[in-house]
Amino acid sequence: MKRGDIVFFIVCLLAVLVWGCGKNKLSVTLAGSTAFQPFAENLAEQYMKTHPDVTITVQGGGSAVGVQSAISGAAQIGMADLVILPDEAKALTTTIVARDGIALVVHPSNPVTNLTSQQVRDIFNGKIKNWKEAGGSDVPITVVSREAGSGTRSSFEQIMKDIHLTKDALIQDSNGTIRETVANDANAIGYLSHGLLNEKIKAIKIDGQECTIESIVAGKYILVRPIYLLVKGAPEGEIKNFIDYVLSSEGQQTIKAKGLIPVK
Amino acid sequence: MKLIGEKGVQRILSFTAFSALTALMLIALFIINEGLPFIFKYGIINFLSSSDWRPQSGMFGIFPMVMATLWVTFGAMVIGAPLGVAGAVFLSEFVPRPVMRIIKPIIELLAAIPSVVYGFIGVMVLAPFIRSYMGGAGLSVLAGSIILGIMILPTIISISIDSIMAVPQSYREGSLALGATTWQTTHMVTIRAAKSGIIASIILAIGRAIGETMAVIMVAGNSVKIPHSVLDSVRTLTANIALEMSYATGLHRQALFATGVVLFVVIIILNSIASLAIRKKIAKK
Amino acid sequence: MRIPPRYTQRAAMTVLGGATFLTLVILVFIIVFVFEKGLPVISFNFLFSNSEDMGRAGGIFPTLIGSLLLPLLAIIIATPLGICTSVYLTEYTRESRMTRVIRFGTDCLAGIPSIIFGLFGFIFFVTTLGMGWSILSGGLTLAFMILPTIIRTSEEAIKAVPTSYRQVSYSLGATRWQTVKKVILPNALPGILTGVMLGIGRSIGETAAVIFTAGSSLRLPGSIFDSTRTMAVHFYILAREGISSENAYGTAATLIIAVLLVNLTAYWLMHLFISKRS
Repeated sequence: MKRGDIVFFIVCLLAVLVWGCGKNKLSVTLAGSTAFQPFAENLAEQYMKTHPDVTITVQGGGSAVGVQSAISGAAQIGMADLVILPDEAKALTTTIVARDGIALVVHPSNPVTNLTSQQVRDIFNGKIKNWKEAGGSDVPITVVSREAGSGTRSSFEQIMKDIHLTKDALIQDSNGTIRETVANDANAIGYLSHGLLNEKIKAIKIDGQECTIESIVAGKYILVRPIYLLVKGAPEGEIKNFIDYVLSSEGQQTIKAKGLIPVK
Repeated sequence: MKLIGEKGVQRILSFTAFSALTALMLIALFIINEGLPFIFKYGIINFLSSSDWRPQSGMFGIFPMVMATLWVTFGAMVIGAPLGVAGAVFLSEFVPRPVMRIIKPIIELLAAIPSVVYGFIGVMVLAPFIRSYMGGAGLSVLAGSIILGIMILPTIISISIDSIMAVPQSYREGSLALGATTWQTTHMVTIRAAKSGIIASIILAIGRAIGETMAVIMVAGNSVKIPHSVLDSVRTLTANIALEMSYATGLHRQALFATGVVLFVVIIILNSIASLAIRKKIAKK
Repeated sequence: MRIPPRYTQRAAMTVLGGATFLTLVILVFIIVFVFEKGLPVISFNFLFSNSEDMGRAGGIFPTLIGSLLLPLLAIIIATPLGICTSVYLTEYTRESRMTRVIRFGTDCLAGIPSIIFGLFGFIFFVTTLGMGWSILSGGLTLAFMILPTIIRTSEEAIKAVPTSYRQVSYSLGATRWQTVKKVILPNALPGILTGVMLGIGRSIGETAAVIFTAGSSLRLPGSIFDSTRTMAVHFYILAREGISSENAYGTAATLIIAVLLVNLTAYWLMHLFISKRS
């Protein structure tokens, strides 16, 4: 019967696929920070051009997944963009491979261009609710933040200190949506990775310091967080080779070209 | 087929049926296994009625999220069900068959649009619209309900059309022969006959609405607040799970699974109400 | 005062027509919105070259493959399973407490959030069964997700087949299985197909469950054990991390066109099947 034959064929096809090409022996998996994921993919692409026998796969999931995968072995290298690593990461070997600035952003029409650290704290804590109290127009402030587990948020709150986010804050789950939210709301204030700045939003200065690579490298702009590569035990073999590549001048050049800040 | 015989076929069918059902049970057991211990440890009343969600301090009250889910889902149903059923009725009874046959696949097409696309359109078009014309931050219960309502339309319309088309033509002819107008036939005979399918579609759709995560995260605002108006920003139960699961450990993680258990129970209750309602209507006849 | 039926009819038609029109306008708006931003991006290169530069440049070919293989696997697993289950429940068992409980159970499972399926898939397939982030893990998880829908819609479709058909078949001496195979299933096919369509739609558009189980690797998958990224996930990542708006919409537009093609093909095949029989 025709239909039966087709079914049989599909089953055989599946069987072939299943028994087919197995996993490459020389394979390295990275998992974790979604902010660093695109950069890692780029670096992996370039690395694999000169090392065709190695397969590098990059997954996302967030900084916490990065830590947990490195610990459990699901991934050989975990990626995390946290200022302070959680306790369970103490057992891992950490290597800083880049730095990322966090920009404080508002809508381009907002007249405010500078806030003091204390003002930033008060706004995010809900003490200052109207822009006029911070040098702007008489409109309510819409605070936009990331979810509690975000590396960006943890870094922001750890660096600014004493932040207990107001219950009225809107929460979005990614840099991109924070950017869209702030770009569409004239009263909004939020923070995101500085590599994502574009003309739809405006970065404001904190204590007079601008969010630029120069002021970050000079240590003047405070909102910076490191990007870690985490490995269980000492890195060896292909894992070590890849990490060395990321730290090499070529790797760091790529990182700088794509919007992050190199380690040196 | 002769080799297997009737009994054989029956055995194969029952085997697959039970495998499928076992697989589904596996998931239910999984959620319960991860979440129930927490509920016993923390106390169900506390969990459901407390408004303090502060995982770092060990406080896990999900009352605001429960309210949010109820408001947003109810809103989605209010928007999606009437539009969906009305559309299905119109398309199957008042529109020429060939036209319907073209429109139906297009509507089914919309079921494939990823929820993140709906979410993005919500952030870029709907939320600013609500903010300019109605106030609030735009990212709100209303935005969530509208987006969800639109997302469930294909399910309701598609399945309802199938149910209505399945009503035997003789029913309609009998009614018309008795002198009823097309509309009278439709609402007194055809819809009533198609009822079980239409309700099934609405139940499937509500289920989908309650479980929707991505789109809601993008447009509802995600503040941990009890909603007092449809313009308030809220966080649904699913949004809560999705936002925090990837980094939660220990008790926090169990609390999120427990939220999953709560969701499961909510769905069970909803479905029970629906099937009781159907049973009553059938009994009345 | 009783309103003459022809007026209520006209009123009803206006209301219903208005509702339908509104629905179509909304749905058309969404498609137009995505196409307006996305169609200009689509080109032969876009569709068939590999992704470069984190998705900012190059094409989306690997994601096309991912979006093809993952739903395919899910449908291959879920459709036979779903149809067999619904056939068994409607034709081979009497309407009893047991069947009501089962029906109730499948309805409830249709409502479980996709992220929970994703977590389940991650813990069960990816970790415990050791399949890793792969097409296999993703396909199995998606199959679980669409199973309730297929079971339910198939069941409704089978129930809708008139009893007279069955009676005639039995009276001609056919066995239960012969009746099912030659009479009931062919007549229920359109309804079953609706369920499958909805299932395909859901699989192609699913994001959360896929990320947790099939991963998000941009490399072209070489086997069923490799990780892959679907177009839906690609859109999510591009838009989410703000990498490239244009490519994001291009991906979304491609996705919609792909589903349109799949649906049209399925309907055409069914049309062929039906016309061959009559």
